[in-house]
This record gives sequence, C-alpha cells and structure tokens, in this order.
Amino acid sequence: KCNLDEQKKLLSKTLKIKSCDGKNIGTYSTASLLALSIIDLCETFYCHLGVNVPDHAMTFRSLCNLLQDSVTPFVVSVHAKECAAVKLLIQKVLEQLMGRGVSVDEEQEDDTALLQRTQCTISALCQWYKTVTKKCTQVFPQRTESLTNSDLPQSLPVVVIFKDFEAFNSQVLQDFILICSRYTQELPFIFIFGIATSPSAIQHRLPHSVSSLLCIEVFHSLSCTQHLASVFDKLILNSQFPFKLSSRVIQVLVGIFLYHDFSVQNFVKGLQFSMLEHFKSQPLSMLCCQKQEALLSAKTLSKKNVERIRHLPSFMRYVETQEPQEQVQLLTNDEHVKEVCQQLLKNLHKYHKNYYPILQCLHSLTSSLPKFPLGKHIRELHVSCIEKNLWETEEYDSALQLLRILAKDELVAALRKCAEILKSTKILQNVLQQLEDFIGRLEALEEDSSGNGIISGKMEYQRTDLFQLQKTLLEKESRRTKRMNPFEVLRSQVIEFIDSLVREYLTPAELQPLNEVCYYNSSGVLRQRLNVTPRTSIQAALSHPFYYLQNESLKTDAGTISSAAPDLCIVYKLHLECGRLINLYDWLEAFLTVMSAAEDQDTNSEECGKYDSLKHARFIQAVSEMEFLGFIKSTKQKTDHVARLTWGGC
Amino acid sequence: MSHQKSFQYADLLSVLERVVDIMSAPDQYSYPSVFIYGHRATGKSHVVLSIMKDLELPHASVDCVECVSSGLLFHQVLSAFFGPDAAALLPRCPSLSDFVRLYKQMSSNSPATQTRYIILDRAERMRDMDFSLLPALLRLQELVNDNVTVILLSEIVWEKFRPNTGCFEPLLFHFPDYSKGKSLVQILSWDHHPSYTPELYASYINILLGVFFSVCRDLRELRHLAVLNFSKFCEPLEKGEAKESDIHKLWKNIEPHLQRAMQTVYLREVSSVQWEQQQMDEKEATTLRVLSAHAHIELPYYSKFLLIAAYLASFNPARTDRRFFLKSHGKIRKTNFLKKHEKTSNHLLGPKPFPLDRLMAIFYSVVDSRVAPTASIFSQISSLVTLQLLSQVGHDDQLDSPKYKCSVSLDFILAISRCVCVCVRLLDLLALSLVIQSQVVRQERSLFTAVSNLHLL
Repeated sequence: KCNLDEQKKLLSKTLKIKSCDGKNIGTYSTASLLALSIIDLCETFYCHLGVNVPDHAMTFRSLCNLLQDSVTPFVVSVHAKECAAVKLLIQKVLEQLMGRGVSVDEEQEDDTALLQRTQCTISALCQWYKTVTKKCTQVFPQRTESLTNSDLPQSLPVVVIFKDFEAFNSQVLQDFILICSRYTQELPFIFIFGIATSPSAIQHRLPHSVSSLLCIEVFHSLSCTQHLASVFDKLILNSQFPFKLSSRVIQVLVGIFLYHDFSVQNFVKGLQFSMLEHFKSQPLSMLCCQKQEALLSAKTLSKKNVERIRHLPSFMRYVETQEPQEQVQLLTNDEHVKEVCQQLLKNLHKYHKNYYPILQCLHSLTSSLPKFPLGKHIRELHVSCIEKNLWETEEYDSALQLLRILAKDELVAALRKCAEILKSTKILQNVLQQLEDFIGRLEALEEDSSGNGIISGKMEYQRTDLFQLQKTLLEKESRRTKRMNPFEVLRSQVIEFIDSLVREYLTPAELQPLNEVCYYNSSGVLRQRLNVTPRTSIQAALSHPFYYLQNESLKTDAGTISSAAPDLCIVYKLHLECGRLINLYDWLEAFLTVMSAAEDQDTNSEECGKYDSLKHARFIQAVSEMEFLGFIKSTKQKTDHVARLTWGGC
Repeated sequence: MSHQKSFQYADLLSVLERVVDIMSAPDQYSYPSVFIYGHRATGKSHVVLSIMKDLELPHASVDCVECVSSGLLFHQVLSAFFGPDAAALLPRCPSLSDFVRLYKQMSSNSPATQTRYIILDRAERMRDMDFSLLPALLRLQELVNDNVTVILLSEIVWEKFRPNTGCFEPLLFHFPDYSKGKSLVQILSWDHHPSYTPELYASYINILLGVFFSVCRDLRELRHLAVLNFSKFCEPLEKGEAKESDIHKLWKNIEPHLQRAMQTVYLREVSSVQWEQQQMDEKEATTLRVLSAHAHIELPYYSKFLLIAAYLASFNPARTDRRFFLKSHGKIRKTNFLKKHEKTSNHLLGPKPFPLDRLMAIFYSVVDSRVAPTASIFSQISSLVTLQLLSQVGHDDQLDSPKYKCSVSLDFILAISRCVCVCVRLLDLLALSLVIQSQVVRQERSLFTAVSNLHLL
C-alpha cells in the first residue's frame, strides 16, 4: 500500500527532472526560430545526448509534448527502425502529421480520405499544410493573433525529430534532406537530431553538399551523472521518504549505473525494485512509514512481530548496552518492548532529520578541497557515512587537516554556505546559532587584523600556495615555537566544532537501533536480480540440476554424472569433456553408458551395449535442445560431427 | 539571385545563347532531348527555370531525388501539363506504357501549341531507376508524337549515363565552373551592401576568396560566408579606426577571423546564428567552446574497455593475441614474429572482422577487475553497434558467433584509453600493439596531406 504511493512519487519526481531538462531545449528552439539566414535552408538542432538509451525515449516524449504545447502542433518523431527507405520515412512523416492535423472532428474524416487519395510526397504535404494553416487561421483566430504578436505569424514550422540519428541509413537521411530543401519556401522544416555520441557524427554521416543545406545548432543535454545527482538529492538524501538504502545497496545501484548503462531510468527502476523487495521480505517494514503512522503501528504490534524485533541484530545490540534489570524487562515484557520501540522509532526519525543537513554541510565544506579527500559527489560521502564511523577514517583526517589551513575568506564563505543549508531546513537552530556566531567573530577579526600589516601579508601568502603552507605549518606545529594568532585560534575552534557536529550527527546508520525497519540491505539479491548473468545461470542449471529442481536424488558430487539427472544435463556434462568438434556416435555411446549405469547391476552385459530406439530418441532430443540453447551447431567440416560454440575445449 | 544577374555571367553567355536558340521557336518541333551538366551551383537549374519562367513556356520540373518510384515522376509530369485530374487517371503502379498511352490521349485532346518541356533535375538518380526509363524519355517525342523536349540536368557527364544497349544521343551542354579571378568576384560583388562602395565590397570578396577558395568553390556557400563575415570586416570602419582605403589594415583585421570561420562555420559545427553570437564574445572563449564540443563522448566504464578491446582485436593479427594478452606467453623468436605482409600496415588495410569470443577474451584480459559476463555487458556491445562505434559484419540475424569490426580511429581510442587507464599495464598493451603500427600511421598521415595538397592544386 505504502510503496505504491511512493512509486508514484518517484515517477513524478523523475518526470519533473526530465521535463525541466526538456524545457531548456524547448525555450532554446523557440528563441532561434526567429533566425533565418540566406542559404541555410532547413534549421536543424542536434540534441547531444548521452548514451543512456533507455532515457532518451522519456526525454523525447517530454520534448515532443513541450513543442506541441508551446511552438507548433506539427511535431513528428521518427525512429530509425521504421525508416529503412526514403519512401517509408516520408510516409511515416505524412501519416503522423495528417493523421493528427487539426483536432476538430469534422475535418478528421476528409483528412483520412485525403491521405488515401494523394500520393506520399512532400508536395502533397505542402498542399495539406496550406489548407490546414488556412483552417487554423479560421478556426483559431485568437490563437494566431497571439502568435502574430510574439512570433512569426504564418509559419508554424513542421518539426521532425530523428530520435536516433546514428542508426539512420545515411542515404535515406541525405535524400530526405535534399527533398525537404526543395520545399522550404512553402513549408518551414525544423529537424531535431538526437545524437548520442558527438556532434561530429554529422560530418561522418552526411556529405558536405547535404550538410551545407542545414543551419545547425547544438544543444547539450545534462550529463547523466548530473541527472543521477539530482535524483539522489530528491529521493535518497531526503528525510521525507522513510525508505532508505544501505551503503552496499547504493554501491550496487551506482555501480550498475556507472559501469554498465548510464541510465537514470534504470537506476530509478532499481530503486523501485529494492523498495518492493524490502516491503516483501521484511515483515517489520510495516513500521517504515511516516512518523505518526509508524508510532501508531508500533503501539499495536502483534506478538510475532515483537518477537521479530527482539531478534533484530541492532535491537540485540541495544539491549546489551542497557542495565541488567532493563534487559530482563526488554526480553520478557511485550508492552515494554512496544514502548521502547516507539521511543527508538522517534530517535530514528530525529536522526534522519539531523543527518541530511549536516551531511550537506560537511559536503559543502569538503567538496572544494584539493584532491577531494571525502569524495567529489555527495553520494560518496553519504555511503562512507552510513557504512562506518567517518571520523575514524584516514580520509576524514586529511580533510580536517586541509580545513585547518583554509584562508579566512574561504573559511567564511564555506561557513556561510553551511548556514544557508541549515537555514533552509529550519531544524538544528542551536547549531545554526553557533555557526553564525563563528562567522560574526571571524568577520570582526578581519576588521581588527586589517590594521595589522604583518598578518594580512601572511594571509595573502596562505592563499597562494596551500601545499607549501601545509608543510611549513606542520613544521611549526612540531616545533611549537610560534604563538598562534587570534585567527588561527578561532579557526581551530571552528574545526573542532565541525568535528563535534560530525561525531554527533553523522553516526553510521547501521548502528542505529531498529535501522533494519527502514534500511534495505540485501545487496546480493539486488545484484542477482538486476545484473543478470544468463549464461552462468544456464550453466548452473545444466551442471547442477539440484540447484533449480530441488530434488534430493539429483544431489551429486562434483565430478560425477548421475543417471537420474535430466537427459539434457547428462548430454551437457558429456560434451564438456570434448574438444571443438564432437563425434556424435561417441557422444551417444557415452550417453548410453551413463544411462545404463543404474541398471547395470540387474541386467546382463549383452543388453548393455545395445541401444534401444527409446534411448536413441532421447539422446537426439537432448542434442537438439543443446543446439537450441546455442552450445553446439552442425558443421560441414566432418561428417557425423557437431561443432562446439563455447569455450573450454581441450 | 535575381534573373538579370544570371545573364551577365561572362562565361555562360555562349552556352546561354545556344540554349535560348533551341527554345526560340516554340511552335516548331524542338530537339527531343537536351543534356546539361556542370558542377554544383553553376546555375544550371536556375538558368533553365528562369528561361522557362521568362518566356512563359509550358514545363514540368521534377526533382529525381524525390521520385522514389517512376510512378511519381509520371504523376508529376502529367499533372503539370494536363492538370491533376489527368494524373489521377494513372493506374496504381503505372508502367512506362501506361504513361505514354495516357500522355497520347491527353495531348490529342489538347495538342501542344508550343514546345512542352520536361525538366529532370539531378538526373543522375535516373540511373538507379528502371533501366528502360532513360532511353524512353530521351525519345519521348517520337513515342507520344507530341512537341515535347526532355531536359536533363546533372552533375555527371553524359558518358556515365549511356546505357549498354545504346540510345538516342541528346544535345549536350556544359556549364563551366566559375573561374576565381573574374566571374566569382563579379558574381559575389552583386550583393554588395548599400551603405558601402562596391569597390570596398569587391576587395572584401578578394580577401574572402583568398581564404576560402582553396576549400570551397560552391557559389552558394561562398555567398553565405561573404554575408556572414561582412559585418566583422566593416567593424574598424564603423569604429572609425580605418578608412575604406586602408585595405591592408582591414585585411589584417579580418584574416585570422576568416581562418577561424573556415574551421567552424564551414564545417557546420555551429550555426550562423551561433557564430554571430560568438563574434560578440571574446575570441579565447569561442575557440575553447568549439573544441570542447568536438571531442567529448560519454560512455559507461565497461563500454570504454569493450571499445578498446574491439580496437585491439580489429587491428592486431589474431596470432599475436597470445603474446600481448597472456602474462606468461611462450618464447617467440623475434625475427620472424610478424610475417612480411603483416609488417606492412594494419592501419592502411583498415579494421578486420573479429568474432565475439575473441572480443570477450581480450576484454577480460584488459579489464583489471573480475567482471561477470552479465547480460548488460552484452547489451553494451549492441548499443555500441547502434552508435556506429562498432559495426556488425555479415547479416543481422546471424545469432551464433557474430562478427564485428571496430570503426573508430586511433586518436579516438587513445583519448578514451587516456581517460580510462589507471593501470599502467593497459597503456603498455596499447603501446606495444601500436608501436608496430605507429610508423605506418605516420606514413599514412603524410600520404593524406600530400593527397590533399595535390587536390588543392
């Protein structure tokens, strides 16, 4: 119940992100509609997209809707698969345009009749366009008026979107552009090419005689890592959603994203899947909802669920820290457990509320440091925070080390950013107070020190070379000869304050009691489901039939072949022992030997060597199944032999 | 281009006279077919169409690119001469004889009072259509028994058209290229800016041609470039820094600018609007932005390795795999390691196809960590194919052991491996396999430059 809502939210969120990306493109195109140069015939836009192919459909859909709403009703989007020839491409364009046309009912009929009568040419489209634009001015006078005010009046352009430019046959594209260029006087065309690689693809695909007919502008969509960052901000680094991911799961999802597909949509799908899996596999996930609901359902926990809570590792850890008397209470009294549970849930919610602002503060402080000791992206910081005690890591030490040598203006700017983050969240007011206090004191210091020539000169030196400074400072610290000036004293106070914040609020989530309620942490399952390995699972099924069939009689030792296994498995195991070419007769012999191994004891040896037609048929069927699975294929190199298609031949 | 200008092309005058000669007696039967050829933007179709328009001759103008089937061609011709109703009488997939029959029928109803012209633009496409179409159209006058002339416009000489079986020889005309000295300057100077003197514009055109003539002789393109860059040329004049007579100063001002324009605008990397906007900005910024738009390509981590592996598989002989990719390869005698023909060049020969198995084997040895053979690895290969970074050899539906080729350049691969390579081993591998080829590449490059220089001369 709960997760469905959240899925909807997720989708709408991602849609929002996508559409704002689309909006940029849309506004650009409306702006540049006005520009027409002398010989540039067709205006063209390249949308340079990443290679995240599944995301493109969504982007183009929103772009399409946007164009239809704001620029022109004549938008066509074509796919390379549908357009193998110019004829088909033109047909597709005409179908989409004329089928749509003006959305008034009585025109619909003669539009379809028109399509049947006329031939599929652009000149037919031209005729149609003239009549439609005339109709448009008659039907929607107010609309065209509004257009005359803002834009070119009569030329509602025809937009053709080529979704996957690379996949188009270049000859088809060339011809289409040449044909369209003949009609640009009557029919204003705008092409939008979706290019996944680089803009220079256009030079590779189109000869200069054709590309010189185009007036090209390039738009870059946001890079997919930026997309990912915004999804992260909105869905994962957000205390509003009670559902959380553990560090391992985040690593798996991000790994799939970075290493395999660059697709934000797949990432969101992975998120949805892990949510489904969490609510399905963890019965205590009923407590994973908004705070009030969670407290209510904690009050009415069933006996079974109370027992489950007692078995949670985090709860057991919590119990161990309590007094002996309290321990007994917790282990025996159900009502007491429920009360404690409510308290713990409250703590968990409070922890989340405080965690994210502080995390953002720490990120904004450390993200400008050289070499990014705590990671470039906030997700890396997040992962290391929820995994272990951040302040015990070397990276954190080096980050603080670097923070300790920040110049004053940098420090003030960074603290200001933190204060803004805290202001926007409206919690942790006392922390904000302290921060602003520090900022005030730092600025007051500036006024004092501005008179002091020596110190200000020193400041400038600090700004120039961090590395040198770090060295000299370390030396000085070791000698302990120089007294610190007031700024340095204050700076170390600030750093200590930040350190204390980190130690207080950024404790790892896996140590929080009852974290299992909110955190989904079975990364193994997720990896198995999302990053599938069809080949290994087929091999596992064939070599260990017990794994899937769960039949006790199929359990075997590693090297042996059981005759109880399905024929296909026997044939598969036998073929593993062969080289690149397999003699069918030898194979059959081996198969029969295995088959008769079970009956060997009771039957006499004469029958053993002979094969009956049933076994023969079973063998042939198994072999053809092997061929179907792609392990072997027939070959003409040798009679009665088949070729092996997988590795591992001798 | 307005009509009057076209009649002042000095080179064309003689040709034009002859063309007009043919058309001067509309009431008599004309020559059945005329073939006009010349390079792009030499004014072939413009001249013919403006003569048609000025003398108000009945004509049907058809672009052969548009005619994906011969039916469309017939349809357009008939509807131009006898109205759309006549064209509607054509059967669904009209043959040549249908067309001739219908034409005869129509022309008997409305016989030609003057010569009708069928103008076929980009006639080189006719060769891909039905083989009987071209010979038939050449003697269409005989077939339909009407006063009709077919004019073919093409960028290719007539010799390339002539079918094996022989045909009626059309009247040939050649539209010569514009020479740099006279006609181009003359023509380009026609659209001079009203607020400046024609002399200034002519000198500007001279400068422009000095830069662009070596790469581009297309009149339309040159006109476009001329208009685009003229405002920049006039900048010092408007600021009062130079007078119109300071040609040298103006030249110094515009020359680097035109060079940059040649790199970007001419290649259509930026549109003319963007170019004008960029002119407003500082120079440094523009060059940087153009460069960044050029090279960058985003690929997932493993896709990059797959592409590198594909490149290695494509350009290294399969025999050398054991040596390059196994840590403990057997001892190989250095002298005879590569056969003679392999030594010559792998880059000159182009990429070789390789099976999927080999690609995966190289991939696993190139990637440092253990990678499970997941479905997404394989789908990355197919998405590389759709991005045309790899190309599949053979037919699409060959499921077992498909073969691929790597279709990216050495520079591209080097850029990718530079941003991926954390491990030194891979760099070594690349270096090792490329060392053999680098010399060849250098030769190849010098060859290319030599060829392009020749072309310019």
